[in-house]
Amino acid sequence: MEIDAAKQIGAGLATLGMIGAGIGVGNIFGSFLTGALRNPSAAASQIGNLFVGAALAEALGILSFVLGILLKYG
Amino acid sequence: MAANDPIHQFQIEKLVDFGVVNLPLFGRTELAFTNSHLAMTLAFAGVVIFMSLFTMSMQIVPGRLQAVGETLFGMIDNLASSIIGHEGRKFFPFVFTMFMFILAMNVLGLMLTFTVTSQLAITAVLGLMTIGLVIAIGFLRHGLGFFKLFVPSGVPIVLLPVIVLIEFVSFLLRPVTLALRLFGNMLGGHVALKVFAGFVVALGAMAANGGLGYFGIPGAALSLSMVVALTALECLVAFLQAFVFAVLTCIYLNDVVNLGHGH
Repeated sequence: MEIDAAKQIGAGLATLGMIGAGIGVGNIFGSFLTGALRNPSAAASQIGNLFVGAALAEALGILSFVLGILLKYG
Repeated sequence: MAANDPIHQFQIEKLVDFGVVNLPLFGRTELAFTNSHLAMTLAFAGVVIFMSLFTMSMQIVPGRLQAVGETLFGMIDNLASSIIGHEGRKFFPFVFTMFMFILAMNVLGLMLTFTVTSQLAITAVLGLMTIGLVIAIGFLRHGLGFFKLFVPSGVPIVLLPVIVLIEFVSFLLRPVTLALRLFGNMLGGHVALKVFAGFVVALGAMAANGGLGYFGIPGAALSLSMVVALTALECLVAFLQAFVFAVLTCIYLNDVVNLGHGH
């Protein structure tokens, strides 16, 4: 029974890794807006880079989310 | 309780059972037509029908359907040629196929059927196919020169072993992150949707009992509006993940197609 409880707590702790992904994605979009408001004419050409950066930052958070799911249901 | 479990929606069920067969390489295997099969077949048929419909009566001034098709087509075409360069056209069919298939599976999973892309087995195969193509093209084009991919130019000789190791590990992690990103995004989104939908039902049941339970109604209304908002967000995510998969495929292909040209 204690192992089960530890698994649940561990799953919860593992998802804390998503905090980093949240900070990262927020940072990317915030920086994009800062840059885009300074030079709106160049913004459209950087949309692709924006989403690739967001996806790369998000992937690391997803890793911890998957770990949490694995701990809870695996 | 099992039906309210947010993970229950990802259960694979057999629709038509073909029984157990003995395959030469895999041993005893269960064969069945599952809900995952059905969703993938629907996605495939959807893409084929949509693409044939919009190319059937092509006009110089596009109608609505043709405009949607041309936008998707033009977007991936732009992507391939801007990232890979003048050879992008050669790889366009692969990238476009991947993009349309993933997009169809994501959108159908959100609206109608079982979500195929929330199965790690499926996304892992998509990631392995992509990285397999990258490795095959690398060896076909450059032979053993493919390994130059792991040796960036202009690195001091002292740092070289460390850099090569890091580059190699990050290359090996590419299919893993490709698969996990798609899987995690779809899984997470659908679990969140289901959890909020579960709140609506639970709080509604509380209100049905009367008395203090009536306080559940504002909570249920709030959860319901959250479900609507999340569905809108998931529509964006469904498209975005397909797009990101296509962009990353192009970037990985560019690494081996223009190997050593510097960029």
